Amino acid sequence: MTERNLAQALNQALDVALADPDVVLLGEDVAATGGVFRISDGLLERHGANKVIDTPVAESGIIGAAFGMAVAGMKPIAEIQFMGFSYPAYDQVISHVSRIRNRSRHRFTCPMVIRIPYGAGIGAAEHHSESAEVIYAHTPGLKVVVPSNPYDAKGLLLAAVADPDPVVFLEPIRLYRAVKGEVPDEAYHVPLGLADIVAYGDDVTLIGYGAMMREIRRSVEALSAEGIAATAVDLRTISPLDTETIVEAVRHTGRAVVVHEAPRSGGLAGEIIALIQEHALYDLEAPIARVTGWDTVVPLRRAEHHYVPTVERIVAAARKTMEG
Amino acid sequence: MPDLAPHRLLEADGTLIADSPLPVERVADLFRRMVAARTYDRKATAMQKQGRLATYAPFQGQEAAQIGATAALDPQDWVVGTYRDAAAMWDHGYPWVNLILGRTGDERGGCPPEGVNVLPPSITVGAHMIHAVGIGWAAALRGTGAVAMTFFGDGATSEGDFHEAMNFAGVYATPTVFVCQNNGWAISMPRERQTASETIAHKGVAYGVEGVLVDGNDLLAVYDVAQRAVAKAREGGGPTLIEAVTYRIGPHTTTDDDRRYRPDAAVEEWRLLDPLQRVRAYLAANDAWSEEWERAIEEAESEAVEQAVTEAEAMAALGPGDIFDAMYAELTGPLQAQREASTGSGLDRT
Repeated sequence: MTERNLAQALNQALDVALADPDVVLLGEDVAATGGVFRISDGLLERHGANKVIDTPVAESGIIGAAFGMAVAGMKPIAEIQFMGFSYPAYDQVISHVSRIRNRSRHRFTCPMVIRIPYGAGIGAAEHHSESAEVIYAHTPGLKVVVPSNPYDAKGLLLAAVADPDPVVFLEPIRLYRAVKGEVPDEAYHVPLGLADIVAYGDDVTLIGYGAMMREIRRSVEALSAEGIAATAVDLRTISPLDTETIVEAVRHTGRAVVVHEAPRSGGLAGEIIALIQEHALYDLEAPIARVTGWDTVVPLRRAEHHYVPTVERIVAAARKTMEG
Repeated sequence: MPDLAPHRLLEADGTLIADSPLPVERVADLFRRMVAARTYDRKATAMQKQGRLATYAPFQGQEAAQIGATAALDPQDWVVGTYRDAAAMWDHGYPWVNLILGRTGDERGGCPPEGVNVLPPSITVGAHMIHAVGIGWAAALRGTGAVAMTFFGDGATSEGDFHEAMNFAGVYATPTVFVCQNNGWAISMPRERQTASETIAHKGVAYGVEGVLVDGNDLLAVYDVAQRAVAKAREGGGPTLIEAVTYRIGPHTTTDDDRRYRPDAAVEEWRLLDPLQRVRAYLAANDAWSEEWERAIEEAESEAVEQAVTEAEAMAALGPGDIFDAMYAELTGPLQAQREASTGSGLDRT
């Protein structure tokens, strides 16, 4: 066990993954500079230029070439620099990556990982703060994973690399160096598709993932100070959703607040709330609340704080459910 | 810069104007394959009119451009093509039954036997060329010696992914052979309005990729440039862009009416340049062709396609549960629940 931040945990996971001769890491600036967030720092030196590959600035080309590699039996890990730059590659993802298994009835497969840093909160330039995860979660044939802490980041990334299907792996930019934790030195998997209950309380259930888990943990503490005991669920995988854990966690308290940074309309909160009402409507004590980004373009640096959900908003929503 | 005169070995009347890269017996076998492909194309077009196939994209006139190119491949090599490349796919081992199944509207058409390195045809235009770059790149990284050959039309060269594919192939010198069948038309858009480039082969220059112009209706010339490109790729010499100049004799698909945008006269001119006729004349001049022989192979190939049709039509359609079963290696929880709902054994909730 060593204390690592989320970025270091990902770096270690990539280092472990690259020991497999079929795994390559490719993307813009991933090799010589170690990536714009330095997630692949030092990996070029350790694994060589045939394993850690700098590519031309061409997102569709990166994902399309990785698709070809995967179909031919390799396990590429492709990095897109920012979620706002992933859209040119989306045609490759929805038209080919996500459906080759189905369109060939298992004859050809695409075991690849697409790593995409996402989310606001670091005052970056326009297009660098997007939370467009629902686009990928809505695409059949993909799995979508979002870690919130170093331990899960390493275990989920290694599980994603080992998965026989394409996995979109979203990395919360503002948690890269903001969260630390004990991370085993050896390889391990955190299974895809399983949510984690990170706080136990009898009054209200907070549900979220990725970068928002920091606000959710802080909200649990703030609510506790008010005498409200919250259960908190870290989804970890947003496609497929872990229906059972979500439903059980909500049944336990009868109240729920669903949190995400992405825009509200058509967002994952709506999906999760639909699941809850399908399975646990009669266990509810109050209407379910959602705290999300607004249906606006993510504001630039100076107004960003008006957009990203805060502890105050989450706590207020939880309080409101307690009135119901 | 590529030569502006397309490489040619056989004149339209079948006269050989330089050394043949292939012995006569091999040319006769490739002719048999072209006849087989045309038989399939005719049958598929007819079946679509009978309502037995979904939309079909005929390739008549492009048999030499496809089979001349794939004839240069080894079984370990890959073919990545489109909906109009059935001749190339079949020539590289993709069974007729899969091609027909695909056109009846059945995902199992995309599942050729193990060992056949041919991807199911790309339906979106242009996105697949980079796949052949990735496949070739993987072969280079793993040292397998395999080459990936990708087929596309003149229209596809306008897509952004053509640029990205050519650029990656050039930068990483991947063993990829790009075969552009410039058939003059992208549905209703003529080649001269598709790009202001003098030829498509010229586009290779910008990527540091050798471009070669070839008469796409000349089987021997296509084979000649293809085998050189394949050998170069296999030896680590990188990619080649081949522009095979040919013509789409038929409509874009069976739902298209090409008389709305092009005169019959243009099509008739190209009919005179039929790629089969050219090889037929060459073989006849070498005492390697007779009418009876061609009729016999036509009948045999017709029989083979017929059998494939019977086999495809005898397969029951996918059931309500089957549509879930190839989404992932293992059904996910939500899909398991939806599968039960679809098959009537569960509630309609996830």
